[in-house]
Amino acid sequence: MAAIFVDNLTKNFNGFKALDSVSFEVGEGEIFGLLGPNGAGKTTAIKILVTLLKPTSGEAAVAGYDVVREADKVRRKIGIVFQEPTLDLELTAKENLDFHGRLYGMNREERRKRIKQVLELTGIKEKADTLVKNFSGGMQRRLEIARGVLHEPEILFLDEPTLGLDVQTRMKIWDYIENLKKKGVTIVLTTHYIEEAEKLCDRVAIIDFGKIIALDTPEILRGYVGGDLLTIEVEGGAFNTSISSSLPSSAKIRDNLIEMSVKNGERAIPEVVGNLQSRGIKIRSVSLRKPTLEDVFVNLTGRKIRESGEEWKFWLRMRRR
Amino acid sequence: MRELQGIYVLWLRDIKRYVRARSRVFGSLGMPFFFLIFFSLGFRRAQIPSLSLKYTDFLAPGVVAMIVLFTSVFSGISVVWDRQFGFLREIMVAPIGRVSIAIGRILGGATTAVIQGWIMLIASLAIGFSPHLHGLLPATLFMVLMAVAFTGVGIAFSTLMRDLHGFQIIINFFVFPIFLLSGAIFPIKELRSIAFLAMFNPMSYAVDGIRWSLTGYTEISPIYDLLALGGFSVIVVLTASYLFKRMEV
Repeated sequence: MAAIFVDNLTKNFNGFKALDSVSFEVGEGEIFGLLGPNGAGKTTAIKILVTLLKPTSGEAAVAGYDVVREADKVRRKIGIVFQEPTLDLELTAKENLDFHGRLYGMNREERRKRIKQVLELTGIKEKADTLVKNFSGGMQRRLEIARGVLHEPEILFLDEPTLGLDVQTRMKIWDYIENLKKKGVTIVLTTHYIEEAEKLCDRVAIIDFGKIIALDTPEILRGYVGGDLLTIEVEGGAFNTSISSSLPSSAKIRDNLIEMSVKNGERAIPEVVGNLQSRGIKIRSVSLRKPTLEDVFVNLTGRKIRESGEEWKFWLRMRRR
Repeated sequence: MRELQGIYVLWLRDIKRYVRARSRVFGSLGMPFFFLIFFSLGFRRAQIPSLSLKYTDFLAPGVVAMIVLFTSVFSGISVVWDRQFGFLREIMVAPIGRVSIAIGRILGGATTAVIQGWIMLIASLAIGFSPHLHGLLPATLFMVLMAVAFTGVGIAFSTLMRDLHGFQIIINFFVFPIFLLSGAIFPIKELRSIAFLAMFNPMSYAVDGIRWSLTGYTEISPIYDLLALGGFSVIVVLTASYLFKRMEV
């Protein structure tokens, strides 16, 4: 049985389609990523799955229970780390965890044991008795994650788990997420960080304007680009239209850069370079890199995931909440 | 069982936060305490024809009711803070029913309000108020009923507010009129032609019930006080639970 089953899920907000006929399944023990720009519908999808929002149409089941009709049963099976902070700042870290444990019906002994474990795992043991309002952003984030897994949920939802965190904290959280997977926890995470999706996820759904535009393992998705990305820098002014005929059709010329995707990049370099040189073009540099999911997204939509100008829209949206 | 546990946890959180926020505790006691001192000082020789009681003894129960009113409405409205700081989401996705959440919060807010009322009652001894000792229990009962009702009112307000901009409006156009029209600082009878308005004010019954318990003086009747306040509490708790249930986080 799939841990999560989503069929034709649609959500309208006053005529705006935040989610548009989205369907996917997540297997047990899988890390499933929703990757896309801000406002693509990732958080809306998560909110429906964790029973905070009702879908306009379509169905979704988590751990075998319908998210609308059996919301109570769903809530018992899941843990959630929201994008925005949801801690009680007036309580200490330990009290926040204790409160959570009680809400989820854990007895005193279970709470004591698990609180100790999660504090150690997330590395905030020394701050257990500090009021959360005195925590840094990164520490709060770690505490949120500790709390999300305190009651040992079967399925964990992480909405932008490392948003705005420094590199070190991010790596620690990644390690921790991988550890959870080893314990058999199913994890659904949203992110607009490419590296995060590539490093952690077994499968990634690329989502844009409320629709899933591609869904597969990171490796296969990268294959969509059609090979390695080769960039050749040539001496300025040496360009003429005749070059393009000697290049593969995927090649794009921008100023004095030629970009193209080629199969087996390492082997293709000598041929392409030779070809250009034979036409009297002087080459300054050649670089080759493996495609990322960013390239996949650009390939599918013609835009970057983190387009400039996205950030302020995001903050505006945050403020309206 | 699970629901009871949920109610208890939410209650416990309110108590923990109350104990921790000492500055807020004393801050909120300040205004009613100054009311008590300076009103009873300033009006101690005033003649109110319909009043057969020493003014200080008349005023003290009214000020106790005042602090209970303010504390409970505030603590109900604090749900808006929880929403703003995101904490409400943590509660809303927990495996306990929303009605239990609302009830837990109402009980938590009501408990802190009654404790505040008691602190004020003890403080009023210092300015010469001498309550009937056998009236402490019934007075506490009236305080509990009104605290439950007005925390519920606060929660109902909070479900209708997106942020705290409406807060001043609620204080100035709801809490203060309710307080001034309740017979807390002067007898309802003195309102003459608009005295009937006070009969629609649940706070009037709370003030009268507490005053009757502590001094034996009553303008309405303790039985009516109990029935009116009890009925109001039930309606408010049901309404607040309903509004809370359909609130979107």
